[in-house]
Amino acid sequence: MNNPNTFRAGPDETGHFGMYGGRFVAETLMPLILELEEAYEAAQADPSFQAELDDYLAHYVGRPSPLYFAERLTEHLGGAKIYMKRDELNHTGAHKINNCMGQILLARRMGKRRIIAETGAGQHGVATATVAARFGLPCVIYMGETDIERQKPNVFRMRLLGAEVRSVTSGSRTLKDAMNEALRDWVTNVDDTFYIIGTVAGPHPYPAMVRDFQAVIGNETREQMQAREGRLPDSLVACIGGGSNAMGLFHPFLDDPDVAIYGVEAAGHGLESGAHAASLTGGRPGVLHGNRTYLLQDDDGQIAEAHSISAGLDYPGIGPEHAWLHDTGRVTYVSATDKEALEAFQLLSRLEGILPALEPSHALAHVIKLAPTLPGDHLMVMNLCGRGDKDIFTIAEALGTTI
Amino acid sequence: MSETRIERRFAALKAEGRAGLVTFVTAGDPDHATSAALLKGLPAAGADLIEMGMPFTDPMADGPAIQASNLRALKSGATLRRTLDLVRDFRAGDDDTPIVLMGYFNPIYSYGVEAFLDAARTAGVDGLIVVDLPPEEDNELCIPALRAGLNFIRLATPTTDEKRLPRVLTNTSGFLYYVSIAGITGAAAPDSGKVAARIAEIRRHTDLPIGVGFGIRSAEQAAAIARFADAAVVGSALVEKFANGATAEAGLKALLGLVAELADGVRGARTDKRAVAGE
Repeated sequence: MNNPNTFRAGPDETGHFGMYGGRFVAETLMPLILELEEAYEAAQADPSFQAELDDYLAHYVGRPSPLYFAERLTEHLGGAKIYMKRDELNHTGAHKINNCMGQILLARRMGKRRIIAETGAGQHGVATATVAARFGLPCVIYMGETDIERQKPNVFRMRLLGAEVRSVTSGSRTLKDAMNEALRDWVTNVDDTFYIIGTVAGPHPYPAMVRDFQAVIGNETREQMQAREGRLPDSLVACIGGGSNAMGLFHPFLDDPDVAIYGVEAAGHGLESGAHAASLTGGRPGVLHGNRTYLLQDDDGQIAEAHSISAGLDYPGIGPEHAWLHDTGRVTYVSATDKEALEAFQLLSRLEGILPALEPSHALAHVIKLAPTLPGDHLMVMNLCGRGDKDIFTIAEALGTTI
Repeated sequence: MSETRIERRFAALKAEGRAGLVTFVTAGDPDHATSAALLKGLPAAGADLIEMGMPFTDPMADGPAIQASNLRALKSGATLRRTLDLVRDFRAGDDDTPIVLMGYFNPIYSYGVEAFLDAARTAGVDGLIVVDLPPEEDNELCIPALRAGLNFIRLATPTTDEKRLPRVLTNTSGFLYYVSIAGITGAAAPDSGKVAARIAEIRRHTDLPIGVGFGIRSAEQAAAIARFADAAVVGSALVEKFANGATAEAGLKALLGLVAELADGVRGARTDKRAVAGE
């Protein structure tokens, strides 16, 4: 592999980050993807598009989100100075809406009249249903039957917002199957439908486009840290399912070599158990859902079922740019188990009065391991990308109590 | 380059003045032995070309019938290696009927492209249809497959406009597979008038034979397509027929019965001289 002199230039014209990414879709979708790429490039070049997006981000989403110094957590861990990027304070309670707002404005520019999306934990589904309601577009959300069961509050929220939630009963009935079903819908409704993919995966231009819409997280963090501490952070930590919150935080820092970057995958019951969602650690390169990336799969190339206590991380793949950052070594990818995430969840709830979602609880689990090994002047930023209200039933069950 | 079985078969069909019937079944559905027996029965029942699905956990372009058949096959232990075994066994008794493997790229990528092409050619595979490899990804498999002497059959769809068509036709060989509807396999029936008009347009760009598939379920529909296309492709209807059998044996019999009906429809389609697409 060429040693790049910048980590921020990708993807290339064919949508590749090194060997990852690409456009592995059925011919029916290919013209639609080319049209989307063209429309997105035109929007990027149009200052009025960014201005419109910024306005909605400020007044509807509630950006910038705070960069919060977690004083008691820092004291408790006795090492690095820990900051949290509070994207859980966004409207709808997670980072997902940053991307949804960008994509729905693009859909409007393209004259699309119908919105579809896949969802795992339901955060992306809720964010999509929210922007669809805001702009008066009909919206269909595909969600695996298993996820519908464990994320009931979000299913109800989507329905309240006017979206139709379609239960997906094929395959493992989780996020990957929801994505298959959304692709089947798109291939059938080619004229009027815009597919809002929720993570930095899928065929080009989605991984780059979603990253760009989420990069607001990292860009704000740079400015806020400069204002607070007069310098850049020393390390960044974020959880990874598909990897959109992580890519949003990481990307603006990729060319700052002194910033150490950690992505935390879901180790489920433990990497050695086989029941996990750590595609980089436990998978190998393959092709699924429009891109080449690391996948959990068997010897025959059949996609394996992922496991995580967090529905949002329960996906057997990862965004292609993460795959490339893994191979180049720019980002260090680690993992945290269900149990570690649960412990982290409880710690933050009690020390800081914040219920984190189970997804960023994985990032927090790594902060808990890492921070005590570092000096007090080490500035660490963790992306607190979602709030935990949606997870209380899952957590109650894991803790052996009933609500 | 020497002719492939696919090219020979389409030349023979042309000489006979009729369209062909392409039948799709999923390899290893519901199990290896039944699948092997089924394959052997297809040519006698009237299949001119055999399209065999390579099972995959995530068949994104397929409807419920073929999704279910993929899962049945995988559950009974189907792998890409076993699929090639089926082809090899079939070839021992039939050296003429072309076999096209259809599926998704990941199992092939996992097998290793060069190793797979080598094994496929040795087993007696004639062509490949890989749904998630558009022309933009030709370097992955299409170019190596052509180099290995296999046909690479591409899909053209209702969204493939005049501007894009040449790109789709480049590096397509054996035949062009026209997907009659924007959608997944087994969905709504195509409007044969619209499809005929589209095929006429496409013929201005290529001399390749054109097969038409997606949504064809009955002998009448197959006949309507066979009046202007070089082949009618039937998949979901066969797979469903098979799955609905009370036993594997009953399913097999029902499937081969439907193949015979479809073959009759296709073979009789152009005896009505008004409809011969001879221009």
